[in-house]
Amino acid sequence: MNNISDTPEKTGECIELKYLVNGDNFTSAGEASVDVKRALRELGFDAAIIRRIAIAMYEGEINMVIHAEGGEATVNIFPDKIEIILADKGPGIADIELAMQEGYSTAPDNIRALGFGAGMGLPNMKRYSDEFDIESVIGEGTTVRMVIYTDKD
Amino acid sequence: MPKFLHSVKLEQDKCLGCTNCIKRCPTEAIRVRDGKATIISERCIDCGECIRICPHKAKRASYDKFEIINDYKYKIALPAPALFGQFDNLDDIDLVLTGLIEIGFDSVFEVSRAAEIISEVTRRFFAERHKDGRRPGEHPIISTACPAVVRLISVRFPYLSDYLLPILAPVELAARIARAEAKKKHPELSDEDIGVFFITPCPAKVSYIREPIGVDSTAITGALPITDIYLRLISVMPHIKKSLPLSRSGVIGISWATTGGEAAALLHEKYLAADGIENVIRVLDEIENENFSGLDFIELNACSGGCVGGALTMENPYIAKARLQQLRKFLPFSQNTIEVDGEGEEHIEWSRQIEENRAMRFSDDKKTAIEMRVKMNNIAKSLPGLDCGSCGAPSCRALAEDIVRGEAYETDCIFRMKEKIQEIFRSIADIEHINLDK
Repeated sequence: MNNISDTPEKTGECIELKYLVNGDNFTSAGEASVDVKRALRELGFDAAIIRRIAIAMYEGEINMVIHAEGGEATVNIFPDKIEIILADKGPGIADIELAMQEGYSTAPDNIRALGFGAGMGLPNMKRYSDEFDIESVIGEGTTVRMVIYTDKD
Repeated sequence: MPKFLHSVKLEQDKCLGCTNCIKRCPTEAIRVRDGKATIISERCIDCGECIRICPHKAKRASYDKFEIINDYKYKIALPAPALFGQFDNLDDIDLVLTGLIEIGFDSVFEVSRAAEIISEVTRRFFAERHKDGRRPGEHPIISTACPAVVRLISVRFPYLSDYLLPILAPVELAARIARAEAKKKHPELSDEDIGVFFITPCPAKVSYIREPIGVDSTAITGALPITDIYLRLISVMPHIKKSLPLSRSGVIGISWATTGGEAAALLHEKYLAADGIENVIRVLDEIENENFSGLDFIELNACSGGCVGGALTMENPYIAKARLQQLRKFLPFSQNTIEVDGEGEEHIEWSRQIEENRAMRFSDDKKTAIEMRVKMNNIAKSLPGLDCGSCGAPSCRALAEDIVRGEAYETDCIFRMKEKIQEIFRSIADIEHINLDK
């Protein structure tokens, strides 16, 4: 028998997808965004919307792997919007305004050698989402919340 | 959506209701209900996997009877190049083509000839596309010669519909040219007098004739399977004293019968060629995840080996392939071009785009779709996850989906049924004050 629980999935209003983003394994980074893409396609969302969500999600996933040794990604799929919450227990961001600037990056050299760390992660996440909030506490971690509305073009 | 006319059929009497076909079907289009397999018409792509796997020969392809050609005054055979790979020790295609005349056709037109024209048109298509240089992030183009692959994309990968090569399949072009040639030679013939018959390696091409892809109507009259024509040919071919000089195919056209032939004819190296329905699905998954940047062309064949592996061929596909290698050894590179044979390039492109098949969708309404998916996930979690197939669905997830669609019950699962029965026993035991745990 099912356990009665109050997660949104059980109420039927939205689909909640949860992913543990593994910080140890760089090669698996990006897998959650692939899975989200698949779920959205099955539900018949517009291709352009899916692309935006996939990019925003992918950038967030990569960020958590590079800077925070992983974290948790939650994706809530509503009929009219997709909410992505990325929470990590990493070092936190000292200057969010600076981090949001295109081209600014604190990624180490070995990560840059792989083609990451161009300083476009957070700016892209903001660009591709309709709502973008970021909260960060030094030593405790960072939470990013993005919302993308699906009914508009 | 109008009812699709499939060529893969089930013979009820022979079906034992086993789970071989439901497991193999790439679009989860088969269920066992009341002890017999049933095909969900909207999902079937006529790939022929179930025909191959069924141990009881209960699945078969429907096609035209040979005698149907006699309904037409002028009978044209369009042999697929895969036909030429069926014969042992064949060193001359003309012998097979002459055999087709012997068994009753008035003329032949090799599909491989049209394939050479399609290859040329495709090369031009890419030259045009890259005229201003490749754009970054430009997606690859997917071949549309295999109708099972095109239907697979419309059912399982609708987001890739825009990637399809909008150019006629060789068999369609062959039928058009052959018809035009016949009318030129015999002006007294009307369209109804001419019967154009494709000698087909697979059921998907039979379905193509019933439900054409990319065109409003087809110039092909019917399809006769290689298996049938082969038997007729081997009885006449040994008696042919002198074969007629009919063949005009080159290496490029003949190579279309095997995987990689269509792609290699593009004469550049930025392509991928895959075959076998499982591999095709894996490649499409990767394309959907944008993992193939830098490739121009993706050739996909539903059957292992390519068309030589079709479910209506006689010979092992790899043997057929080896024979074709021998056969094409001394052929010219290509013998057909648009200028000489075609009716103009504009007629070689699709006149109609592929419609998305919504058979895999829960609902067009997002709210309903989300509710149904959540329900499905919850039901799927309550099922044992063994994917045993005993319920008649290919997996626990598929059963959950069927339940949400109202087409099955949770107690179709034998494990859930057992639990239910135990529950009932417990209730009775409670009433009767019996301790079952003793």
